[in-house]
Amino acid sequence: MNFAVLVFPGSNCDIDCYKAVEDTTEQSVEYVWHTATDLSKYDCIILPGGFSYGDYLRSGAISRFAPVMNEVVKAAEQGKYIIGICNGFQILLESGLLPGAMRINDTVKFRCHHSDLKVQNNTNPFTHEYKIGEVIDIPIAHMEGNYYCDETTLASLKTNNQIVFTYEGENPNGSVENIAGICNEKGNVLGMMPHPERAVHELLGSADGKKMFTSVLSAWREKNGVAIG
Amino acid sequence: MIKATVHVTIKQSVLDPQGNTVQGALHSMGFEEVNDVRIGKYMELSLDTTDKNEAEKRVTEMCEKLLANTVIEDYRFELN
Repeated sequence: MNFAVLVFPGSNCDIDCYKAVEDTTEQSVEYVWHTATDLSKYDCIILPGGFSYGDYLRSGAISRFAPVMNEVVKAAEQGKYIIGICNGFQILLESGLLPGAMRINDTVKFRCHHSDLKVQNNTNPFTHEYKIGEVIDIPIAHMEGNYYCDETTLASLKTNNQIVFTYEGENPNGSVENIAGICNEKGNVLGMMPHPERAVHELLGSADGKKMFTSVLSAWREKNGVAIG
Repeated sequence: MIKATVHVTIKQSVLDPQGNTVQGALHSMGFEEVNDVRIGKYMELSLDTTDKNEAEKRVTEMCEKLLANTVIEDYRFELN
C-alpha cells in the first residue's frame, strides 16, 4: 500500500505523519509537494497539520487552490482514503470535500494538550479497529478548531453517520455537538482536529492513534484482497 | 483604476469568539453601552480596469471563491 503525505508551504506535522505511517504500518510513504499534479500511485493521502500558506486570510483558504488539491478531489471521487488532520481538516472543509467551516476556539486560546475522544463511528476505513463508544487519548493543538455547520448540515451528518469522533468531557474549542472529526457520506474522506500521528507510542503519552493507521491498512488489504502478513 | 474595499464579517447567526472577548473587555473598561462586537477583515484591492460593472462581477466572484467563506461569513464591498 502507498501512502502520500502532502506538503504545503507551512505544513509542520508532515514529518510526524510520515513517521507515524512508517512505524505503524511499515508501508511505503512519500512526501508529495503541493504543486504535484499526479497522485495516481497513492492509496491513502494524508493532509497534515501546520499553517499552510501561513493561513493568511483563513486557515486552509489558499491551500485549497493548490494544484495538488484537484488531484485530491479526483482521488476522493475514486474512493481512495483521504485523511485531513488539523490544518488538513481545515483544507478539506475549505475545499468542500467535507461540509462546514472552522471558527476560532470559543476560549480564544491556542489549546495544546491531550484530549479524550469518543469513537462514534467505526464503520469507516479509518476507525474500524476501534470499538464503538471507545474513549481514546489523542492530543490536540489548534487555535481554530471550533467546528461549525448549520442545522440542516448537522441533521444530515447524523442521518448519514458522518460524525466519527466527539470530544469526551471538556470540549476544548466549542465545536457544534462536540464534534472532533467527521467523514464524507461515502466514508473515504476523514477530517479531524486532534493529531493521531502524535499518539503512536507510549513514549508520546499515548498509543491510541496507532489503530487509525492500521485500520487504513487493513481496510485497504480487505478491499484489494491482499493477504495479511 | 478602480479601488475595491472589501469587508468580511462573521454572520450574525454564527458565534464570533473574538468579538465577544473584545465586548467583554470594553464592558470591564466601563463601556457598558456596547451591545455587540463583530470582528472582521478589511481588504483593499486595486483593480486594473475602469469598467465598474465588470469590476463588480469580478469582485463578487473573488469574494465567493476566496475572500469570504460563505458558510460562516458575510461580505460587502465598495468600488471607487
